[in-house]
Amino acid sequence: MEKIYDKFEQAISDIPDGASIMMMSFIGPGGCPQNLIVALKKLGVKNLDVYACANFGVTGAVKGKPGYREYIQPDILVVNGQVKKAHVTWARAVMGEYSALENAALSGEVEVEMIPLGIYAHRLRAGGSGVGAFYSPIGIGTVYEQGKEKRNINGRDYLLEYPIRADFGFVRAFKADTIGNLIYDGTARCFNPLIAKACDITIAEVDEIVEVGELEAEQIITPSIFVDRIVKIPEGGLR
Amino acid sequence: MKEKLNEEGIAMRVAKELENGESVNLGVGIGSMVPMFIAPEKDITFHSENGVIGFGKVLTLEEAELMNFNLINAGSQYIMRKPGMSLCDIAEAFDAIRIGKVNTTVLGGLQVSEKGDLANWSVQPEAHIGNIGGAMDMPIGVKKVIVAMTHTTKQGQPKILKKCTLPITALECVDIIITDVAMIEVTDEGLVLREVFPGWTPKDVQEITEPKLIISPDLQEMKLI
Repeated sequence: MEKIYDKFEQAISDIPDGASIMMMSFIGPGGCPQNLIVALKKLGVKNLDVYACANFGVTGAVKGKPGYREYIQPDILVVNGQVKKAHVTWARAVMGEYSALENAALSGEVEVEMIPLGIYAHRLRAGGSGVGAFYSPIGIGTVYEQGKEKRNINGRDYLLEYPIRADFGFVRAFKADTIGNLIYDGTARCFNPLIAKACDITIAEVDEIVEVGELEAEQIITPSIFVDRIVKIPEGGLR
Repeated sequence: MKEKLNEEGIAMRVAKELENGESVNLGVGIGSMVPMFIAPEKDITFHSENGVIGFGKVLTLEEAELMNFNLINAGSQYIMRKPGMSLCDIAEAFDAIRIGKVNTTVLGGLQVSEKGDLANWSVQPEAHIGNIGGAMDMPIGVKKVIVAMTHTTKQGQPKILKKCTLPITALECVDIIITDVAMIEVTDEGLVLREVFPGWTPKDVQEITEPKLIISPDLQEMKLI
């Protein structure tokens, strides 16, 4: 099946209202599928269930500090009224200032689930590996344990955690080959390989598409079987 | 007003605490400044939870432009490639934390209790929104938790308390508190004051600390180098 799409809009045109969508958003533009997020805003579908660990108007590097580069983040979907529920690790933009997401949460417009970062990653991994649930030692004695089943295993308390899966996944990779094998650049890898496996339809935006055989098998991080659609970021696209 | 350390000063004192050969995870804020102050003879493997192990120094934006914008630590600082450095996904990076392969973490703090409970993710006791980040995950598995923070809030209220009033990050996890005026160790007996910043007496530190401090018999003046 042909996986390459010319335009971001085409690659996401079948996302319906109420879909669950997972997107990489953590530390810096290089790992964030900015072009797909912009296309999703243009598509305008609503009541979305969004899994994006960070960057609802947040970057670790705070605006104005050295090293800061501005980039498109999932908060544009919140501002555009498309998000019904958000699952995040960072909701805050700058200490002392409410982000678009926090304001929407406080007004009741958006429901927010806060998840510790490492458990977020592991729940995605579980979602992408077909297991039913797992017990985690994170969050004991905190608000995070509220409503979760607790179990003592070999003398230590654990919380029952459920896997996360979504209908669509937005991934940002460095190179794809024409059948969808992916490699990543530097720390832009992060959540991307986990998202690729944890979604029913995975859409990757990439810097470059190469012929099959140009990526060494040993080099490939996300095997083609996990990738459904690929779009090359055009000249002048968001990077 | 007595003199206090600035953030760089706190980072310098933290750097001194790190031991040759150990693996260290650094949190956002003061923690991220620590690599600048590591003595050259110390070989420390820095771990960042976004998926990079064994990286070099933090780069300026201009330097990153010449190298690679896609090499970043969890605090979104551009970092330098180093021989032996490796990359992984974020789940694998947290595996290293939970199974105890990372020895020490340096975290920021909003409040620390006398039992070593840490609150550092939300300033809103009720709303439960804010930035959790990796702070809840870090103390589970890491052998030594260093909290680097100012001793009081901007309003002068103690941040070292009998009991935390803000949402808890993890219970009984903190080993060492390094502030702008003191170094305090969390022990089973209570909080032990080990070092005070020059010009500060144990009594001065006690006045801005809620729980009773145990004064170490070999109390030192804080040295940064």
